[in-house]
Amino acid sequence: MPTDTQPSSDTQSKKSDSILVADGVTRKFGGLTAVDVEHFEIQRGKITALIGPNGAGKTTFFNLLTGFDEPDSGEWTFNGQSLHGVPPYKVARKGMVRTFQLTKVLSRLKVIENMRLGATGQRGEKFFPSLFKGLWSGQEKENTDRAMDLLARFKLDAKADDFAGSLSGGQRKLLEMARALMVDPELIMLDEPMAGVNPALKQSLLGHVKSLRDEGRTVLFVEHDMDMVRDISDWVVVMAQGKIVAEGPPDTVMANQAVIDAYLGAHHDAALTHETEEEILAAAEAELEAEAEAEENS
Amino acid sequence: MRLRTAALLSIVMGVLLMGLTSPAQAATNEAIDVTGKLADTRTDPAKPVPGVKISVEKDGAEIASGTSGADGSFSIALPGAPIDLLGEVITVKIDTDTLPEGADLRDPKKTSYKVTIKTDSDIQINYAIGPATDNSVGKLTEIGQSGINGIFLGLLLALAALGLSLVFGTTGLTNFAHGELITFGALAAFLFQDQWGWAFFPAALLAVILSGAFGLANDRLLWKPLRGRGTGLIAMMIVSIGLSIFLRNIYQYFFGADNHQYTGVPAGKLWNIGSIGISPKAFYIAVVCVVVLVVVSLAVQRTRLGKATRAVSDNPALAASSGIDVDRVITTIWIVGGALAGLSGIMWGLTNGFDYQVGNKILLLVFAAVTLGGLGTIWGTMAGSIIVGLLVEMSSIILPSELKYVTALVVLVLILLVRPQGLLGRAERVG
Amino acid sequence: MEWSGVLSGAIEQGIGPSAIIYCLAAIGLNIHFGYTGLLNFGQAAFMMVGGYALGSLIQTWGWPLFPSLVVGLLMAVVLALVLGVPTLRLRADYLAIATIAAAEAIRQVLGSAALNDEFGGQDGRYGFVDGMRSLNFVPSGGVHFLGLDFRSYDFFIMIVGWTLALLLCGFVYLLMRSPWGRVLKSIREDEDAVRSLGKNVYSYKMQALVLGGVIGALAGIMSGLATSNVAPSDFATDTTFFTYTVLLIGGAARVFGPVAGALIFWFFISGLDLFFDKMTSGANPTIPASIMTDDQASLMRLIFLGLILMLIMIYRPQGIFGDRRELAIDAH
Repeated sequence: MPTDTQPSSDTQSKKSDSILVADGVTRKFGGLTAVDVEHFEIQRGKITALIGPNGAGKTTFFNLLTGFDEPDSGEWTFNGQSLHGVPPYKVARKGMVRTFQLTKVLSRLKVIENMRLGATGQRGEKFFPSLFKGLWSGQEKENTDRAMDLLARFKLDAKADDFAGSLSGGQRKLLEMARALMVDPELIMLDEPMAGVNPALKQSLLGHVKSLRDEGRTVLFVEHDMDMVRDISDWVVVMAQGKIVAEGPPDTVMANQAVIDAYLGAHHDAALTHETEEEILAAAEAELEAEAEAEENS
Repeated sequence: MRLRTAALLSIVMGVLLMGLTSPAQAATNEAIDVTGKLADTRTDPAKPVPGVKISVEKDGAEIASGTSGADGSFSIALPGAPIDLLGEVITVKIDTDTLPEGADLRDPKKTSYKVTIKTDSDIQINYAIGPATDNSVGKLTEIGQSGINGIFLGLLLALAALGLSLVFGTTGLTNFAHGELITFGALAAFLFQDQWGWAFFPAALLAVILSGAFGLANDRLLWKPLRGRGTGLIAMMIVSIGLSIFLRNIYQYFFGADNHQYTGVPAGKLWNIGSIGISPKAFYIAVVCVVVLVVVSLAVQRTRLGKATRAVSDNPALAASSGIDVDRVITTIWIVGGALAGLSGIMWGLTNGFDYQVGNKILLLVFAAVTLGGLGTIWGTMAGSIIVGLLVEMSSIILPSELKYVTALVVLVLILLVRPQGLLGRAERVG
Repeated sequence: MEWSGVLSGAIEQGIGPSAIIYCLAAIGLNIHFGYTGLLNFGQAAFMMVGGYALGSLIQTWGWPLFPSLVVGLLMAVVLALVLGVPTLRLRADYLAIATIAAAEAIRQVLGSAALNDEFGGQDGRYGFVDGMRSLNFVPSGGVHFLGLDFRSYDFFIMIVGWTLALLLCGFVYLLMRSPWGRVLKSIREDEDAVRSLGKNVYSYKMQALVLGGVIGALAGIMSGLATSNVAPSDFATDTTFFTYTVLLIGGAARVFGPVAGALIFWFFISGLDLFFDKMTSGANPTIPASIMTDDQASLMRLIFLGLILMLIMIYRPQGIFGDRRELAIDAH
């Protein structure tokens, strides 16, 4: 990857030190423009919340930024390096790690194995060295220690030897967050970390998100519930129908008429497009599925 | 509703199948003929070669012979009832001494052809005399003939593929036992003829109805309980492989490994349109296919149940939440899919003869057709089938005909690589 | 034949050359399907290129044994790359259809009359095992113990084959306990999760496809060596499906699953075959010919095989010995 540094478009920049800058990112599905973001920035060391009603294109935007989907147009840089066309695994290696709205724990692997997988630069992950335990056992032990520390922090250490598939929905969210930390990312991107989690656990999850910032990481998280983000985010970006309609500190944004309209509009407007309807349904389905999964495995 | 659809289908089929007899019968003669036309291509237009002796041998002994007439054509009736000749191997020989001076076979070594009699159709043998005519007319004829054959094949495939596609669309099952649904129809019709001496048409009609019931039984006894258990799609795919092996061997158990042939449906004399030959039987089969395909498409397009089917294919959860009885849709799909598969088996058997694994043999072609058109879409499946049919037949213009299926398989792989959603399918949304 | 003959016959087959061939093929498939979750329905093609490289290089082009063998394995690498580069990005069920189609296409081409001089058409290649026979150290009278009888060369093949199978199991064990194996298993569970953690999923899938394919080629090579023949009919789609059955009986994603599966599968299948053969043979068979002729008896094992594959997938997807939580193949 050539280090193709681009001067970020300073005209619109309201922030001093941006870790991620995106310009003109669009993504169309058939006739529907799911994402059409003119300009987007994430400030280093802060918690940025990306909110918006269901079907606003948040997750799609998220997928574009992390390389899981390809945009029709647009440029974006992470620490000054262009990420256009960079595959997801390389995005992660650069220090930008994501989680998923539908948790993706590796069910038939133990919790500790889920964690170990996250560690980077493992010698034992190369084919020939993997055959000789001596070459990687030392590193494996270090990774295990680090994993156990993280699990303890997320109160999952007692579950280390359980299959990840046996965890509850909330525990899976925690495991996914902990596993992402094994990569030691500069920027951690959480896709609806609160979805399908019971209220008691939500508070503790919020606490964990804050602690990420406190240890010097940058956090971007997607959430559709406005109230959830008020307390913990430093900056809020609001998306509706694929566009960014407002951004600013939480209190300012919450009072913004455009934002209120966006939410009320999406929820109460009778003329829902078929696609929006589908998205709402898909989200509901996802939640149901997550619940069912949690039940099945409890 | 369901009954009405079934009744409609059967009436349409009945009428068509009756239609198949009348014109064909007019041209009937009892015996199987070995026919051909000798023309010397040293001149343009080619000159007929009369007076050449052609003989037919079986087990080394001559059983019939004939001489080419003034127009160069010959027609040698084989002794014995067609039914007794099935499965026999005959050798057709040309007596090169009777060729006029200067008129030599293009391939001097190719004086005899070995033919296995699979159907009661006439057998066409072509001896080329004189230099290869590298003119565009010959090539065009070949392309035209392949095109016609390809469309006929495509229509048969479409009939076979629709059930697979509908089931995939509504339940997500990639059914490797679909070939056995096809075989079921072919064997059932044969059973009624062979055991009870039924005429072809009632036998075929009952076989199609039973095929629908068999489709339903497949779903009720196996797939529905598995869906209820929450069995994964890959697990179901492997179960369908087991089912395919199981049924195929059950079929062989009861019907043996022989090639079978229906009786009472004469092939009729070849129709010649220009230099392209069309067998009336193949033509009527194609007509049946077209009508059935049109009826099914209209049903899916117009009827309430058809619309429900499309809704379920589109998005099962949305369909269920909007009050569609998904279970009923799936039940109907299995009945209709089974009946269509059974009908395609019968039609296939009528064209080419069949054995206990006729469906399994064409399964990959059917997969190719369905995938090409976009898994689970009706129009796509039909278009995909025609394209696969054309590809298979057209490829034999360039490649040895033993490799004609390979073309379709290679195209299948390529399509999957370039456009996994098929030619007409919708791009899938990521994330 | 006495009843004890049915038992000993089944045991002979259960540990005989056929079992070895399917065991090796299943060890390869285990890496594809069991550990990585790749639904490769074209394992027969890997076997075929291995077997055909051996057979045709020796018979058609007069090569000696060992170079042919090496080329056979290299051909599997080439096939894996050609097949994998495009197909590994496909969804599981599309991969299945692409691989099954590719395998059938390869089989029809290698078996075509047009390539008769090189590959022998439908008869394939035969009589190319002199090199292997010359290595045989088993006494020419064969081996007899516990009422079992093996011909000399068969027993030699068994020694070589089972040694190879055990070595490969050890190899798979070493791989799968390592972080490399962990990445494969994680890909099986959820490849997007693995991507999001910075692993090059595509590269790992390719490594798995090549490795499993090379082991599949070894199975094809053993098949050629054991029967002194390779023919298109040996490598039909059903060969792949039987390999799946072997793997699933023993338990996918278990190191010794393919070994256990092959032993049980061949013991059971040959036992059934011998049983029904005995029931229908003789002047006054136990099962009258009106119910089952001896031709029909030979189909019983395949009928049961289909049933077993269905039942095991439905009721014990983790295999006969497996732990359901870890090994069940579920909705992914």
